[in-house]
Amino acid sequence: MTAGNDWPLWEVFIRAREGLSHKHVGSLHACDAEMALQHARDVYTRRREGESIWVVQSTDIVASAPADKESLFDPADAKIYRHPTFYDVPDEVECL
Amino acid sequence: MVESQSPGQSSELEEAARFQARVDQEIKIEPRDWMPEAYRKNLVRQISQHAHSEIVGMLPEGCWVTRAPSLRRKVQLLAKIQDEAGHGLYLYSAAETLGTPRAEMIDALHSGRAKYSNIFNYPVLSWADIGAIGWLVDGAAIINQIALCRCSYGPYARAMERICREESFHQRQGYEIMMSMAFGTAAQKRMAQSALDRWWWPSLMMFGPSDRDTVHSSQSVAWKIKRVSNDDLRQQFIDMTVPQADYLGLKMPDPDLKWNEERGHYDFGEIDWAELKRVVSGDGPCNKERMAARIKAHEDGTWVREAAVAYAEKKRQRESAARIAAE
Repeated sequence: MTAGNDWPLWEVFIRAREGLSHKHVGSLHACDAEMALQHARDVYTRRREGESIWVVQSTDIVASAPADKESLFDPADAKIYRHPTFYDVPDEVECL
Repeated sequence: MVESQSPGQSSELEEAARFQARVDQEIKIEPRDWMPEAYRKNLVRQISQHAHSEIVGMLPEGCWVTRAPSLRRKVQLLAKIQDEAGHGLYLYSAAETLGTPRAEMIDALHSGRAKYSNIFNYPVLSWADIGAIGWLVDGAAIINQIALCRCSYGPYARAMERICREESFHQRQGYEIMMSMAFGTAAQKRMAQSALDRWWWPSLMMFGPSDRDTVHSSQSVAWKIKRVSNDDLRQQFIDMTVPQADYLGLKMPDPDLKWNEERGHYDFGEIDWAELKRVVSGDGPCNKERMAARIKAHEDGTWVREAAVAYAEKKRQRESAARIAAE
């Protein structure tokens, strides 16, 4: 018996309810987009978990490298003036 | 996924220390993070065997679908089996994030290199066994899997959470079947007792060898892959299940089983470890039958997989020809 080849891998994103964005739920193998959608429906929405499905071939996703995490995201920590709580305003002035 | 940049140049030892520190701080490890090769290997082994167990686990129940006593029971059993297929797929996906192709894992199962849970190598002799499987086997699996929800590897932990959520119906439908049998006619009650007698000990074996003898545990504990020891999980299962058997009016097939006030746990008899070893290494009552069924299903599906690939390829060519013609 030979291992054979796997069909391409797809990442599955599901919109759980109207008004929410799609969220990654997992992956699956399928030989084309149509089959990926059908499989995603069977594998990831058996209990009405979704209103809409996106499938994206895994090789089409470009991800940031874990090693770059600090240089990419740490600078934001120092920019506390981007948050409303940074600013002192009097309590008696409303709607701020 | 595409690697956008190669990781930093710090030495293997520094990486290992940083990895362990993250694990100690309960920060989840994700697929593209640095991890020791042994951690990766250990996880591929554990997750793929877990996936195989879900897939092989469909077989013992499958033969009862057409013989379910009512339509209600039939749709429940079908839904449970479909969940098991789904759970196998979530787990293969999680294992694949570690870089091992699914085809390779499936080949390891079919060629006998990979193991799966001992429990699926026992025969399912009566309808009451379907009840006992849901109640005991899924009950034991849930105990095991709740502990795994806190595993250090993100994709495995997330698959476990989803599986636990879905499996609680499996256990409850099993107990409901046990109730209708145990509270039914004398013959039905005898069937329920016989199912408990046959499934109790193999269910206890599902938690694996005793902590005294287990090979993989200490490293798995340090890596937070294994959060609770085999014996502790087993004890938890026994303490949970004995009162459930009492409610059914059924007797556990263990003369040494009794409440120990001092420990706050049930004491129980010695497990037949030789049987566990035998069944796991391929010599249980149904190992050959299960593997033959799995391999046949895989081989019978070959033409379907090939046809699907050919169809997808043809469609791709047609679409690209149409695009060129339109330009």
